[in-house]
Formats: sequence, structure tokens, C-alpha cells
Amino acid sequence: MSSNDLIQRFLAGEVLAAARVLSVVERGGDEAERVLDALFPRTGRAYRVAVTGAGGAGKSTLANALTRRFREQGVTVGVVAEDPSSPFSGGAVLGDRVRMTNAVGDPGVFVRSIASRGSESGLSALACELADVLDAFGRDVILLESMGVGQVETQIRFTADTVIVVLTPEGGDEVQSLKAGLLEVADVIVVNKSDRPGADEFAADLTAMVGLRDASADGWTVPVVSTTARSDETLGVLADTIARHRAHIDANGRRDARRRDALRARIRLLLEEDLRASARQSATLRERFDGIFERVAAGSISPYRAARELGEFLKAGGHSPR
Amino acid sequence: MNRPIKVLIAKPGLDGHDRGAKVIANALRDAGMEVVYTGLHQTPEMIVEAAVQEDVDVVSVSILSGAHMTLIPRIRDLMNRAGLGEVRLIAGGIIPDADAAVLKQLPGVAALFGPGTRTQDAVAFIAGLFRDRAAHT
Repeated sequence: MSSNDLIQRFLAGEVLAAARVLSVVERGGDEAERVLDALFPRTGRAYRVAVTGAGGAGKSTLANALTRRFREQGVTVGVVAEDPSSPFSGGAVLGDRVRMTNAVGDPGVFVRSIASRGSESGLSALACELADVLDAFGRDVILLESMGVGQVETQIRFTADTVIVVLTPEGGDEVQSLKAGLLEVADVIVVNKSDRPGADEFAADLTAMVGLRDASADGWTVPVVSTTARSDETLGVLADTIARHRAHIDANGRRDARRRDALRARIRLLLEEDLRASARQSATLRERFDGIFERVAAGSISPYRAARELGEFLKAGGHSPR
Repeated sequence: MNRPIKVLIAKPGLDGHDRGAKVIANALRDAGMEVVYTGLHQTPEMIVEAAVQEDVDVVSVSILSGAHMTLIPRIRDLMNRAGLGEVRLIAGGIIPDADAAVLKQLPGVAALFGPGTRTQDAVAFIAGLFRDRAAHT
């Protein structure tokens, strides 16, 4: 099937065509560029919500619960769920569908799992491209579920209109490290599994910490919401909080400004990924690398100097194009 | 450009024994494939819906309940009707030889792996389905 046919079927709302377009984008290269270029003018309508947090915090479960709430309001949902690739084999087990059970049999929900493939942010540049595709496909809300992340994940900020950071009471002693990392990108902080011991104190600590920050920049004080998957009431509070944040950024023009920042960051990230890939694939660089490496291993130059020499070689155009 | 071979692993029906499915999922991951694992108690409709949305290259089901003569033809049929005629279906689990002989006649049922299958063999079989694809990219 030509990419024109595929796009026609995609625009006609065919689910299989959407799945294939996502694969074209995953494969990358010229065809991905053609498809993304054709679809980009149709993006921007969907509201994007990113869900991030440590592994096992309950991101998939919350995404599933939010999906159900959106569907009850007649809102269509696209989900992009990312799990890590093995740095050793390149393979991955993508398990987010295990929790995404509310969506089954509902044509208003489309779930796509992707592997991180060496991306080091919680959500890869690819996740954003796939979100664009589902946006162009006409989904009202896109949920982006990151892989489990630890500390500094500022990239997440640029994937969505609302960023939800999911923590659990056990994360209490992580608070110090989170101060300068994940919490800064949160629009909403969730203390999930809040039926566990220590949850109330943890939520209170987080609220106090958030209160220390100057909210005047955009007039939004980051709320701390306690949830448990067993309680519809708590999930309702989360859904309402997202709606409140959406109304907030829509009301004061923050949404457009935020999206401009996001686009800038995405282009930069894509460029960096491209440069990194071409460096990795350059045979001349690899040769050079092996030579310099032996000098380091023999103790004649430092790793620092080796990296700088290789960098100079790259900057001088000393690598073959892909 | 390409992406790794993408395999859906699902447990249709009512049996709750997913050790085999998890062992295979791990082996495929270690072989550099991307595995979408959907968990237990999947209906044929759920499996095919996931296969469509994920655009997988292979659907792999694990059945130890004895319902394979119902489930496998049903999944294959739903796959064909969903436009996944080209996507291969493989199965593992407890499937008696006589049943296996019948199921293997179904177009699009690529292989059945019984107890005692070495994971390397299952991995090599799936990789072999796509050897030519890797060559022209």
C-alpha cells in the first residue's frame, strides 16, 4: 500500500490504517517524514496528558481509570504507553496493556505500546510523534504513559498539556532527590496507593514542599491528590483536577505558550537523537574510536581527552553520512 | 529503517498458568524482539483488537486449558476478518498431537509448540519468519 492510500484510509477513520501509520512513524526515515508532514497540520486539537512516575507506582492503573472516566463523558482516548528496551538485547516486554482492561472492545479507545529503544527520557521523541498521529486521527484526549522514571525527567514537561507525577507512600525518602527533579515538571502530583501506611503524612509533606514554590509565574499551585484504584471517589478527584488544570492553562493563554516551548524542545531532542544515531553508525568514527580507546586503555591519555578528540573529529565532518 | 520484530503474547481462555507465556516473552526479549504481553483471561476479540492496535508481526497464544480447538480457529478467523491475514499465528501449550495435526492445516497457523520446546527453537522459528525482511532494510 502506498503512503497516500494509507493516509486516505487513515483519514477515513480506519483503525487498522492508524495502526500501520504508527508503525511507519516507528520505523522512521523518509516515509515517516512524509506521513508526519502530511498529518502535522491536523494536530493540535487533542488534549495531552502525561502520566509519569517510578516503576510500579500505578501509572497504567491510573491511565486505565482515567480512560474510563473520559469515555463516560463521551471523550475518545488515545494511549501511548512506553516501556524500557533492554540496553543489552534491544528487546522489550511491553506490559501496559495488562492493566488497560477498561478499554477492551471500545472503538473510542486506541492503545499503542512502544519500547524506549535507547531513549533516555521517560517519554521518547517517538512517543510525541505517535501522539501526533493519534491526535490527527481525531482522538480527543491523548494519554502518554511514561516508563518508570527516577529523578530528573524534564523532557516530560514538553510532551503534554498536563503532566501528572505519580508517587507512592513508600517514596517518602525519595523526596529529597525529587525536589530538584520530577516534582518540578508536575502540574498535578498524585500519591497513589494512598490506603497504605504513611500516605497522609507523605501527601502533607509534598503539599508543604509544593507550597514553598512560587506559584506566581503561572498562577497554578500544584495540587497533591491522594488516590487508590479501589476508590472511584479519589479517581474522580484526579479527573476533576486535570480538568481544572486544563481550564487554567486555557484561560490565561498558557496552553499556546507551552506548546511552543514543547515544539522547540521536541525539535531539539529529535536533532540530538539524529546526531547521536549518525555518530553511532559512522564506521570511520568507530575506527577512530577503537584506536583512541587503546591509547586510553594503555594509560597514555585520559578518557576526557579521548572524547574531546573524537568530538573534534566529528565537528570537522570526519564521519561518513548514513 | 526498521523496528524490531514485534510479537503479541496472550493467554486466551480461562486457565491461569502463564509461566510458559512469561518464559517465552523473556526469551524473545533477550533475542531483541519487542513483546506486547496482554496478561491472562483474554477473549479472542481482545487478542485481535490488541494485535490490530499494536500492529504486531506475530500473534502468539498460550493455551493449557484444552480449549485450543475452539480458540485457535476462532482467533485466526477474527484476525483474517480484521485485516490481519498476513500476520502469523503461533500457539504453545498442551496440544495433543492429533489436534495439532488438524490445527496445522489452518492457513496462517505457523507453528505449535508443545511441552519440552527449547526456547531457542521458538525464538529461532520466529526470527526465521522475518529473515528476508531484515535483509532488505
